[in-house]
Amino acid sequence: MRSVTVVGASLAGVYAARELRAQGFDGRLVVVGDEPHRPYDRPPLSKDFLTGRSTEASLALTDPGETAALGADWVLGVRARGLDARGRGVLLGDGRTVRTDGVVIATGASARRLPGDALAGVHALRTLDDARALRDELAEGPRRVVVVGGGFVGAETASSCASLGHHVTVVEAAPLPLAAQLGPEMAAVCAALHERGGVRLLTGTGVARLHAVTGAVTGVELSDGRVLPADTVVVGIGAVPGTAWLDGSALALRDGVLCDDGCVTALPQVVAVGDVARVGGTRAEHWTSATEQPRVAVRNLLAGRTVESVRSVPYFWSDQYGARIQFAGRRPDGGTVHVTEGSLTDGGPAGSGFLAEYRRDGRTTAVLSVDRPRSFVRARRELARTAGETRAAVV
Amino acid sequence: MIPVCRLEDLPVGGSVRIDTTPPVAVFNADGELYAVDDTCTHQDASLSEGWLEGRLVECPLHAASFDLRTGEATCLPARRAVRTHRVSVENGVIHVHLGVGAGTAA
Repeated sequence: MRSVTVVGASLAGVYAARELRAQGFDGRLVVVGDEPHRPYDRPPLSKDFLTGRSTEASLALTDPGETAALGADWVLGVRARGLDARGRGVLLGDGRTVRTDGVVIATGASARRLPGDALAGVHALRTLDDARALRDELAEGPRRVVVVGGGFVGAETASSCASLGHHVTVVEAAPLPLAAQLGPEMAAVCAALHERGGVRLLTGTGVARLHAVTGAVTGVELSDGRVLPADTVVVGIGAVPGTAWLDGSALALRDGVLCDDGCVTALPQVVAVGDVARVGGTRAEHWTSATEQPRVAVRNLLAGRTVESVRSVPYFWSDQYGARIQFAGRRPDGGTVHVTEGSLTDGGPAGSGFLAEYRRDGRTTAVLSVDRPRSFVRARRELARTAGETRAAVV
Repeated sequence: MIPVCRLEDLPVGGSVRIDTTPPVAVFNADGELYAVDDTCTHQDASLSEGWLEGRLVECPLHAASFDLRTGEATCLPARRAVRTHRVSVENGVIHVHLGVGAGTAA
């Protein structure tokens, strides 16, 4: 393999580029990114970047020394618009085609939008440009902020806005935010953080439409008819995998690029990593997955076939209202959840936090902690160890 | 020189955070004492709450790892070292010498 093109100058894309060099690939390496920026880290955008506690420079995923050592051709600010049928040519938005022997797809996901949300004062929070725009608007003075969606991006953004002194309401269509990720019991515990943070949480109601005057948002009309006055609306209702450019290619697409459990697509010289990849049936929009999959994906790419599978235990975290939530593992259907350390107060985490274990059939399959990092690390390691043993027993 | 705790209160495998500015983490790694800046150089997390294995501490947030002897980051996502501080034991009490690198005489 003499040339590899990484499509997506993202977290997963950078880790793939590093792995290519670390695993001995010394051919031509091209990294294509649709944003004009050098690769940056997204998780701080809704947290320290929004509140001004961290700067743009601190978001950088690479430094000049490493960038030089990678020896890659960076094609930034240019969108990939197609992959030819054999996967040997990446068509670019500016009309060029990059000829390549191998492809790493790392095009991530983009923020899902509300119909009719192209109004001044309405924001998504996915990219650096999104975060800059929202941060600048929040700096104009106290505002009435409505956050649509109570997921991690929504909750973190609401928390940041509240800490900046804005008046914040979160609207969540489901009966509870984060129930799919944390299960109903623990989702209720984490939902209590909103109220503690001085943020109003409205659940079980969707958004009917946005109100506007001369192109600027003035309110959010809920499906139950209520209207929330708003100067700023943040839409955090999930993300759509970046696969549109692959329509018409030989790859199988279904809410992501379908891959085997080694990140290899229908074409053996094309692998996919990060938010865009559905690896062995699962698409995880987790930072950690984007950093762990590339090592395996690149190994398989360079081998020309799947010689290794991704074996990591899923992990994600969220910082909101001064609390740190960490979760690892897979929440079992029909399982139970038990607080094993610390306690709850008034339906929310006690001041010293807690650790909870998700169990089914006598086995712990996932752990959640709020402000118990030390215990969480131990539990997460134990989970990885027992997962390894279970696999060994199956094999 | 800042007193931390009595030596017997920091058992092997233990760690303690002291609220200096910036905060410092003190570790007992298999009987050797080490002190480094407590905050991970990648993002905001306390290394004193990390996973200690040999002379390495793993950050509890994103699993960056640091060598306690040198402060060097040994794996991503951290790229910058944490500062090290010299540790001494006087009359059974652990002390940290802030701003004095572990490798230098004080």
